[in-house]
Amino acid sequence: MTKSSRRKRFLTGENGFRLPPMVKRREKLIKIKRYWKVETLEEAYELNQKRANRIIGGMVWMKMGEKQFHTAIDLSDVVSSEIVENEEEFIIGAMTTLRDLECHEGIHKYTDGAVKESLRHIVGVQFRNVATVGGSIWGRFGFSDVLTMFLAMDTYVDLYKGGRVSLEAFSKMPYDKDILLNIVVKKNTMSLAYESMRNTKTDFPVLACAASVRPDEVLLSIGARPQKAVIIRANDTVMKIDRSEQEEFARALAVQVKAEISVGSNMRASAEYRRQLAGVLARRAVMKALVADEQKPMVITDTDTLQTKGGEQIC
Amino acid sequence: MLIKMWLNGEPIRDHMDADMLLLDFVRRHGALSVKRGCETANCGLCTVLLEGKPVLSCSILAAKAEGKHVVTLEGVQKEAEEFGTFLANQGAEQCGFCNPGFIMNILAMEKELKDPTEEEINEYLAGNLCRCSGFVGQLRSIQAYLKHKQEVRAHEAE
Repeated sequence: MTKSSRRKRFLTGENGFRLPPMVKRREKLIKIKRYWKVETLEEAYELNQKRANRIIGGMVWMKMGEKQFHTAIDLSDVVSSEIVENEEEFIIGAMTTLRDLECHEGIHKYTDGAVKESLRHIVGVQFRNVATVGGSIWGRFGFSDVLTMFLAMDTYVDLYKGGRVSLEAFSKMPYDKDILLNIVVKKNTMSLAYESMRNTKTDFPVLACAASVRPDEVLLSIGARPQKAVIIRANDTVMKIDRSEQEEFARALAVQVKAEISVGSNMRASAEYRRQLAGVLARRAVMKALVADEQKPMVITDTDTLQTKGGEQIC
Repeated sequence: MLIKMWLNGEPIRDHMDADMLLLDFVRRHGALSVKRGCETANCGLCTVLLEGKPVLSCSILAAKAEGKHVVTLEGVQKEAEEFGTFLANQGAEQCGFCNPGFIMNILAMEKELKDPTEEEINEYLAGNLCRCSGFVGQLRSIQAYLKHKQEVRAHEAE
């Protein structure tokens, strides 16, 4: 075989020659035959029942794998990309970008800055201008900062056929062919904090933890275990501790978390490391939330009563 | 499928595949400043402005830009040249491959943030990777550029 024919076979991948990565990367990862912007939700629902079709949100994660669809269903015209705030709740359209969520003043105040903290580490601004909240929540990804954060709040999802379901129940539901319309966050009295650990900036978290301190309970949402986020509620032993003893309360809850949490290993960290980290992040997040709780009025019905840090620029 | 959009202020009508990425579409229409880098939405080389907001053109279908305004470095030559001088003065560029995406994001940041701190600049530009420099020269050039723009604005106000 001549040198030139060997080179040709190498580059074309014939007869078992492996394509070099640079050549293979030029191929399309995602192949779509038809792009369809639907005009009604019913049309989207009917199209989505076929296995070959797929709803696209921001598409940033979907694009990573080698996939083939017949029809990509774009919901831009039928699903909201805005955040509506009223006295009782925030209604976040599924097509809202992560950046819009990060920059929303009402959510920033209500969550004591926790939502911004959960989002600001996700790659870069350009990425967050593309990725959608609906895509992150629907995907129920193990690595999701968004799911971890929202699970710590009193959150519900509006499904086209399934109606309103709590996010905790939704996170355990199998994937089906329904359509996610809104994410609804009830404005209950609570203080929130978010902590995560990453091996390097902008990477997926090794572990993420959101704490929620409420009048009647304290709970933690722990994600990137590396499985999807779960909720751990403070048990009776922990709840008996006076919350004004913040250090003691946080330490006791951290011990409970380390004992109860189910974690796994992957390329980012081992299960044992994650278990240790869960205790540390739980303690830090609860401490932060308890401090925020101490500074708040007893009942919050209007987010304007909450103060952001002096002169802070949200985005 | 047929698509209509504005690229750097020019209206464009073209037929394309449904799965064509915005990156490939703008390059096909002469915007060669937009680079294909990591293709995993991490490096920021492919940054363009979509309706004024910075987005990753490697992660968005061209069809999603239907009826919208897309701006690449070719559409902001004057501003890019101005900032480019600050980059050069600080010795902040080496191979220059990351510059188009980097400059697009800086121009977006300038519009979005008022008088950003060093931490805010670093956070806004976290999605732009440069493999040659250590980002220090670039940070100096951004701070010098923003200071210069502030002075110009103050001078104009007077």
